[in-house]
Amino acid sequence: MALLEISNLTVQFGGLRALSGFDFELDEGQLHGLIGPNGAGKTTAFNVATGVYQPTMGDVRLAGESVVGARPFEINRLGIARTFQNTRLFSGLTVLENVLVGFNQSVTHGFWGTILRTPHHQREDRMHEHEAMRLLERFGLANRSEELAQNLPYGDQRRLEIARALATRPRILLLDEPAAGMNPQEKIALMDLIRFIRDEFSIGIWLIEHDMKLVMAICERITVLDHGETIAVGTAAEVQADPKVIEAYLGEPVG
Amino acid sequence: MDYLTQQLINGLSIGATYALIALGYTMVYGVLRLINFAHGEVYMMGAVVAYWIAIGIAPWGWPVWGALAVIFGGAMGACAVLGFAIEFFAYRPLRNKPRLVVLITAIGVSLLLQNLAQTRYVFGPTPEAFPAVIEAKTVVRWTMGGPDNVVTVSNLDLLSLGLSLGLMGVLAWVVLRTRQGLALRAVSYRFDTSSLMGINTNRTISFTFMLGSALAAVAGVVDAIRYDVRPLMGLMPGLKAFVAAVLGGIGSIPGAFVGGLVIGLIETLVKGYLSSAYSDAVAFVVLIVILLVRPSGILGRYEAEKL
Amino acid sequence: MKDDGSRSRGWSVPAWGVNCALVVLVAGMWPLDWVLVEQMDEYYLRVLILVGLNVILATSLNLINGITGQFSLGHAGFMAIGAYATGSLMKYFSPTGAGAEAALLALLIVGGLVAAVAGLLVGIPTLRLRGDYLAIATLGFGEIIYTLIVTTDRIGPFEIGSSSGLHAIPIRTSFFWAYAGAIVCVASIWRLSYSAKGLAFRAVREDEIAAAAMGIDTTYYKVLAFVIGAFFAGVAGGLYATYDGNLAPESFRFTKSIELVVMVVLGGSGSITGVVVAAAVLTYLPEQLRFFAEWRMVIYSLALILMMLLRPEGLLGGRELLRWRRVAAATTVGGDAVQSGR
Ligand SMILES: Nc1ncnc2c1ncn2[C@@H]1O[C@H](COP(=O)(O)OP(=O)(O)O)[C@@H](O)[C@H]1O
Ligand SMILES: [Mg+2]
Repeated sequence: MALLEISNLTVQFGGLRALSGFDFELDEGQLHGLIGPNGAGKTTAFNVATGVYQPTMGDVRLAGESVVGARPFEINRLGIARTFQNTRLFSGLTVLENVLVGFNQSVTHGFWGTILRTPHHQREDRMHEHEAMRLLERFGLANRSEELAQNLPYGDQRRLEIARALATRPRILLLDEPAAGMNPQEKIALMDLIRFIRDEFSIGIWLIEHDMKLVMAICERITVLDHGETIAVGTAAEVQADPKVIEAYLGEPVG
Repeated sequence: MDYLTQQLINGLSIGATYALIALGYTMVYGVLRLINFAHGEVYMMGAVVAYWIAIGIAPWGWPVWGALAVIFGGAMGACAVLGFAIEFFAYRPLRNKPRLVVLITAIGVSLLLQNLAQTRYVFGPTPEAFPAVIEAKTVVRWTMGGPDNVVTVSNLDLLSLGLSLGLMGVLAWVVLRTRQGLALRAVSYRFDTSSLMGINTNRTISFTFMLGSALAAVAGVVDAIRYDVRPLMGLMPGLKAFVAAVLGGIGSIPGAFVGGLVIGLIETLVKGYLSSAYSDAVAFVVLIVILLVRPSGILGRYEAEKL
Repeated sequence: MKDDGSRSRGWSVPAWGVNCALVVLVAGMWPLDWVLVEQMDEYYLRVLILVGLNVILATSLNLINGITGQFSLGHAGFMAIGAYATGSLMKYFSPTGAGAEAALLALLIVGGLVAAVAGLLVGIPTLRLRGDYLAIATLGFGEIIYTLIVTTDRIGPFEIGSSSGLHAIPIRTSFFWAYAGAIVCVASIWRLSYSAKGLAFRAVREDEIAAAAMGIDTTYYKVLAFVIGAFFAGVAGGLYATYDGNLAPESFRFTKSIELVVMVVLGGSGSITGVVVAAAVLTYLPEQLRFFAEWRMVIYSLALILMMLLRPEGLLGGRELLRWRRVAAATTVGGDAVQSGR
C-alpha cells in the first residue's frame, strides 16, 4: 500500500471532464512528475488531493484512509502540503511570518497561554522561530526574513512558498509548477533543492512542471495527462519515447 | 381581503421607489463590483434639489404637470451630475485598489452628503414638508361589500408606480437597444476584456452612474412629495434598495426591479400584520437569509475562484 | 536593522516583567482616577473616559476587520448587547457597599459574554460571506439587534425599556474602570495578534485558501475573531451603561458602527497602536471642533475620503508604534481575498 493512493479519480465541471479515471501512487522518498499540456487537468488533480475540489468519482487515500470529503486544513494536518501555480503567499506578512504560519498546528499552548504569555508559550514561540529560521537558511532566504513576502523577487517567492509548505511537516509535498517564471540558473538551483528536500525530509514529492528538462532530470517516474486522460506513465525515457506523448505535445515545445 | 388588497397596493407603491433605487445599485455593482453606499444619499439629494426647485417655482403658479416636469427633470439632471462627480472624484482614482478601500470611500461619500445636507447652506437638519405642488388625493376607490371595506389608490401611488414602470421600460430600451447600453452590458460581463474591444470603460462607468443616479432622484422626489424631505432620508431606503438588488441577484436589472417590489410588499405586509417596529429589520432578515442560502443572490452568477 | 532572527520577537523584556508592568499600570489607574476627579474639568474627564471606551471598541473591531480581514459593519450591535445586558442587570441588582466593585466587574464580564454569544451567532452564519457582502450582512445584524431592543420592554424581571431607552442605571464606572478595560483589551489583542498562534488571524486575512492549505482552520479563527471582538465590544457597552446611566437604542445603530470602522481604517487596519491613536484622536477632535458646529462632520467625512484617496493603508499603514521590527502590514484593507480581480 502506497502512502498516497488515488484511484479512478474523475472530476467533472459542468460539461467538462477535467480528469477521468486517474490513478496514481506515491510513497515517501519518491519524486513523481505530472506533465501535460495546459488545461490537461494537472492542477485539478492537486486540488482534489488537497480537498479544494470534491471528486465526481474515485478515491484519494492517505496511508490507507480516504480523505475525500475532508476539508483542506484537515488534509494538510494529515500530511499533504502544497504550493500553488500562481503563488499564494501571505503577501503582507514577513518572510519569517509566512513560515511561522506553517508551524501553527504544532503550537501546543492555548488561548490563555497566548494572552498571559506564559513561559511555556514563550519557549515554544522561540523554538518555532528558531526552526523557521533554520528552514529559511536552507532556502537561502534567512537574510530576507524581515522583508514582506510581496517584496521578494519572483524566484524567492516561489522558494518561500515551498519552505512554508514544509513548515507544516508534510509527508507528501505537491509542487505546482515551481519553476514557472524562474531563470535558468534559478531552475538548476531549484532542481537541487527539490532533490535535497526529498532526501533530507524523506517525503514524497509530486511535481507538476512545464520545463521538460527539469522534470526529466529529477523525476523517477512521470505521468502524462492530456484532456484529463492519463496517456502515459513511466520513466523519463519511456515517456519521451511514447508516441501518444509526442502527439499530445505536437505544437507545444517539448523541453 | 380588502385590508390585504390595500396593503398590497401600498406595498407596490413603496416598492416602486425601492425598485428605482435598486436599479442604480445593481447597475453600478455590475460594472464596478462596488456597493455604492452613497446611492441612498443621491436619492436624498434628489429630494433636496426637488425641494429647492419647488420653492423656487412656487410663486409662478405653474400648472401641476408643468411643475412636476420641471421638478423631476431638474432633480434627475442634478443627480446625474452628482453621480458623475462622485464616480469621477471619489471612485475613479481608486480603480485598481482593493474593493474594500472603495467601499470605505463610498461610506465616506455617503457621510459627506448626509452632513452637507444637514448644513443650512444646503438644506438644514430639520425635516421640511414638500411644497404643495400636487395634492394627495384618492383617485380610485373600491367599496368592497360594505362602507368600512374600502380600498383606495392615491394619485401618488399611481405616480410612483407609473413612473417606475415607465422608467423601467426606458431603461430596458437604453440597455438593450442603444450603443451605450451595449457597452454597459459588455463592461458588466467582462471588465478587463471590454476595454480591449474598444469600449471606453470610463465613459461607460460614468454613464452608468448618471443613469442610476437619475433613477434614484425620481424615487427621491416621489418620496419627498409623499412624505417629506430630510437629510437622513436616504439611509433606510438606500439599504433596503440594496437588499432588493441582492434579492434580485445583484447585477441583474430585471432582478433589481422585481426585488424592489418584493421588498416593498414584504415590508408593508409586516407593517400591516405584525408591527411597524419590525418593518426596517425585515429587509435585513431577508438579506441575511438570501446570503446564507445563496450568497450570490437569486439571479446572480457565482464566480468560482480557479486555483 | 541587524537581526539574526533567533532572538525573541519584538522586545527582549521577559514576559513576566511585562505582565508585572501591566498589573502596575492597571493599578496605577486607581489613584489617577482620584486625582482626575479632583483636578480635571468634568467635561474633559467625560471626553477622556469616552476615549477609553472607544479605544476598546475600535481595538476589538480591529481584531475582526483589520487583523482577521472580516469586514464587519455591525460592531455597535455587540456593544448594544453588552450595554443592555450589564445595564439591565445592574439596574435590577443595584449592588452597593463593599461588594459593589466586584459586582461591577462580574456584570461587565457577563455583558461581554452575552455579546460574545451574539458574536458567535453572527460569526457562524456569515462565514461564507466575504468583503462587501459580509459588510452588509453584519450591518443587517446590527440593525436587527437594534430592532429587537426597541421592541422588547423587558426580559423576565429585567428591564430593557424598548424604544424609550433604559434609564436610571446605577452609575459605577469611572476613569479607572474605563482605562483598566482599555489596557486589558489592548494588551490581550496585541498578544493574540503577535504570537505564533495569532499569526493565523492574519494568515486568514491575507489568503484564506493558502491559510487552509497550511493547516489553519480558517472557520475557527474567523468565528474566534468575532467572538473575542464581540466580547470586548460588550464590555465597552457595559462600561458605557454604568458610566452614563442612560441607554438610548438609537445610539447603537450603524452610524456608531461606521464611526468605529472609520477609526480602524484611519488608524491603519491591523495596526493595534495606530487604531488606538485614531480612536483617541477621533473621539477628542470632534469634541474640539464643536465651534465649527455644522461643518464638523463635513470635515470628518471629507478627511475619510481624502485618506482613502491618498493613503488607503491608514495612518500607520499596518505598522506599529513602539515596535522596532516591521510587523505585518495590512497594505490592503481586508486583504487579498477581496481584492478586485478587475
Ligand atoms: N473551478 C473550475 N471550474 C470550472 N472549470 C475548471 C475549474 N478548475 C479547472 N477547470 C477546468 O479544468 C480543466 C483542467 O484545468 P487544470 O487542472 O487547471 O489544468 P492544468 O493541467 O493546466 O493545471 C481546464 O479546462 C480548466 O478550465
Ligand atoms: Mg495548472
